[in-house]
Amino acid sequence: MAAKPKLWYFCGRGRMESIRWLLAAAGVEFEEEFLETREQYEKLQKDGRLLFGQVPLVEIDGMELTQTRAILSYLATKYNLHGKDLKETVRINMYAEGTLDLMMMVAVAAFKPPEEKEESLALVVKKAKTQHFPVFEKILKDHGEDFLVGNKFSWADIQLLEAILMVEELDASVLSDFPLLKEFKTRISNIPTIKKFLQPGSQRKPPPDSHYVEIVRNVLQL
Amino acid sequence: MEAIRWLLAAAGVEFEEKLLESSEDLDKLRHVFQQVPMVEIDGMKLVQTRAILNYIATKYYLYGKDMKERALTDMYTEGVADLGEMILLLPRCPPDQKNAKLTLIRERTTNHYLPACEKVLKSHGQDYLVGNKLSKADIHLVELLYYVEELDPSLLANFPLLKGLKTRVSNLPAVKKFLQPGSQRKPLGTEKTLEQARKIFKF
Repeated sequence: MAAKPKLWYFCGRGRMESIRWLLAAAGVEFEEEFLETREQYEKLQKDGRLLFGQVPLVEIDGMELTQTRAILSYLATKYNLHGKDLKETVRINMYAEGTLDLMMMVAVAAFKPPEEKEESLALVVKKAKTQHFPVFEKILKDHGEDFLVGNKFSWADIQLLEAILMVEELDASVLSDFPLLKEFKTRISNIPTIKKFLQPGSQRKPPPDSHYVEIVRNVLQL
Repeated sequence: MEAIRWLLAAAGVEFEEKLLESSEDLDKLRHVFQQVPMVEIDGMKLVQTRAILNYIATKYYLYGKDMKERALTDMYTEGVADLGEMILLLPRCPPDQKNAKLTLIRERTTNHYLPACEKVLKSHGQDYLVGNKLSKADIHLVELLYYVEELDPSLLANFPLLKGLKTRVSNLPAVKKFLQPGSQRKPLGTEKTLEQARKIFKF
């Protein structure tokens, strides 16, 4: 039996959360090792397990993968969530990159001083409402299908749901002008693997708080 | 966009360019995410640099032979992109922070990124980073090495295998052509080009 993928990261969302979502949505059980001390991090580096000295790190299929996008792309393909041909794959990648950009802004904002943080998060909501969500609403409207690409559940759908929920945490009314996205949110949330992931006690992580920021700063010596 | 130009050039693919010169030019682009880079290819309008690069790489067999090789290619590419971005954003740095930024770039280059890539080449002793065959990882890395060299040639001093890769890739006919004056290769951004970009993108 194949070993479960093992995730090395802080106990929080950051750059690992999209990876957790993808694995969970694919119904793949995974283990996690949480970085809490500088010593743990230095050991990973000394053991040569972090190619460019960074986490996330995912051990899977005999590889030690780092770099968020490399990991996401590998998992999406492995679990058949990456389209049926190159043209579908590129669309999935385009949509996923868009939502990833948005979510990274949220992750990075946690580390800014309070005033800048507020500004950054307000900008995220603005971008979501004016740039990202209108595009996805239109995509769903144009083809009238249940999923973003190829009438089949893919990585793009998982990322979009993750992004919607994240932005709703900042502004609960953000979907008010996007009826199709509201339906999309309900539909994707009800997929059994995702429904399970959305329940308390799953491996989904909460939004970053000051405790999380402190740990990351200590471990990475920022 | 430059990484995309390098990749197309290295694959021997001829391409046309529409260079944005005003904000009106930008407004005229009516497509998915209203952004650039944008590449029209095979009847599609693609945005998002990585999506574009990965499409081109797959189409022209510059992405490894299987999923695992693709993952390695992606890993190396992403690391290179991180450092590349730091260098590319240098002109945007306010003058009083520039020295600190340069020091950081030098440190990252010498202590993280270049040693990691040198180590990969040393570990298998092959001519290219992945699968003993030219891939996008090599092309992106060599592009980066040119920028590093432009910043400070001494930064490449302790990396003989990287120097070897740079020479080898630069001598590939399609790349050699791209490196010659008069090709579609663009120079690194300066304060002047930044000003122009500010006007077009209104930031």
